[in-house]
Amino acid sequence: MPTISLHAQNLTKAFSHRNIFAKINFSIQQSQTLAITGRNGSGKSTLIKILAGVLSATSGSVKLSYDGEDVANEDMYRHIGLVSPYLQLYDEFTAAENLTFFRELRRIKNADIDGLLQRVGLFARRNDAVRTYSSGMKQRLKYVFALLHQPPILFLDEPTANLDTEGIRFVYDIIDEYKKGSIVIVASNVREETELCSEIINLNDHVL
Amino acid sequence: MISMQQVYVIFRKELRSELRTRYALNALFMFIITTLSIVLFSIGSEDVSPNVLSGVLWIVIFFSSMSGLSRTFVSEEERGTVMTLQLLTKSLNVFFGKLLFNFVLLCILNVIAVVLYIILINDFLVKNYLIFTVTLMLGTLGLASASTIIAAIISKANTKGTLYPVLSFPILLPLLLTVINATRLAVEGAFFTEAIGEFQVLVSYFVVIVTVSYLVFEYIWKE
Repeated sequence: MPTISLHAQNLTKAFSHRNIFAKINFSIQQSQTLAITGRNGSGKSTLIKILAGVLSATSGSVKLSYDGEDVANEDMYRHIGLVSPYLQLYDEFTAAENLTFFRELRRIKNADIDGLLQRVGLFARRNDAVRTYSSGMKQRLKYVFALLHQPPILFLDEPTANLDTEGIRFVYDIIDEYKKGSIVIVASNVREETELCSEIINLNDHVL
Repeated sequence: MISMQQVYVIFRKELRSELRTRYALNALFMFIITTLSIVLFSIGSEDVSPNVLSGVLWIVIFFSSMSGLSRTFVSEEERGTVMTLQLLTKSLNVFFGKLLFNFVLLCILNVIAVVLYIILINDFLVKNYLIFTVTLMLGTLGLASASTIIAAIISKANTKGTLYPVLSFPILLPLLLTVINATRLAVEGAFFTEAIGEFQVLVSYFVVIVTVSYLVFEYIWKE
């Protein structure tokens, strides 16, 4: 199994000259899980976006190493799965069309789309437009999007938002599965979710 | 590196999305009809010189394209799917996929606009169709490339609707002046060699815009 590690060095993010968080440092290896906590507006989602490479930090750097080699920022997306309230799927397409589009863009040859849809309970509705889905169903579909390419790093921002008991169980199972060999980073204030993680960062301690 | 396969996947997604929602197609088509009607009412039975009519054709094309081409990036921003694309492929594949889509859309728009223009405006007679066709192709290429990068820039702004034509006009001005001049040559029945200078400007314009887009799009695409 390839080795993977993620290093954050002096990460600072400011919006309109106001620091959201400052000087965040951590290193995380495969089979480790990290919980990011903090009050509303402390920058949990922002930090997740920066770590996932979709948002630039004001200062500091993120370094991802895969199989002993540093991954360029523009290639980080290949190794990342992300579930976030800020992530949206194409409403006018069906779930199957969305996933086929994702699979083609990611060039995944052996993606088990049907298997994942069955696992999240959306197989029967795979040919319905996403706009007809409830918020919980959309959240489940985001998991299929994130897991399609079996990423070595999984970012989960508010992982159980909008989910029912069965959905929450599915998320906990996924975290359990992925923490054996991958990196899982969870942004949440729900105790049951942060307790699944081996490391914790509280962003309330990182405001200047 | 740009992946042609991924560029095509983005293009196909844009096309499928457009055929379902018809955001841009409806806006473009309605604008052509509206502007052509205004031109027809304004001209009436007046004798208008071919030079003026060449300019009016490109005014119709310019304003029609302004109404629809920004949708490619603005709709991603409004629907919140930018991050989804960022997690799926490299930024340049997105740019070139959307550029290809805008080019195809603009080709369809221009064919409709030109056919209607030739049918409805009797004084507009093209004497050299080769110059006219090459001008239309190169003009479409330049307009699509500039519109695509401007759409990417304005999609991040709060005042998207008004900013698009305002920002586009100075950037598109050299292109518009050149295509109007080349169209005038086609209407006057000039020899093909007389229009070579115009074509060189149009090709250079396209190369410059695409090169600048290639260099800056990564920064525009990421917040």
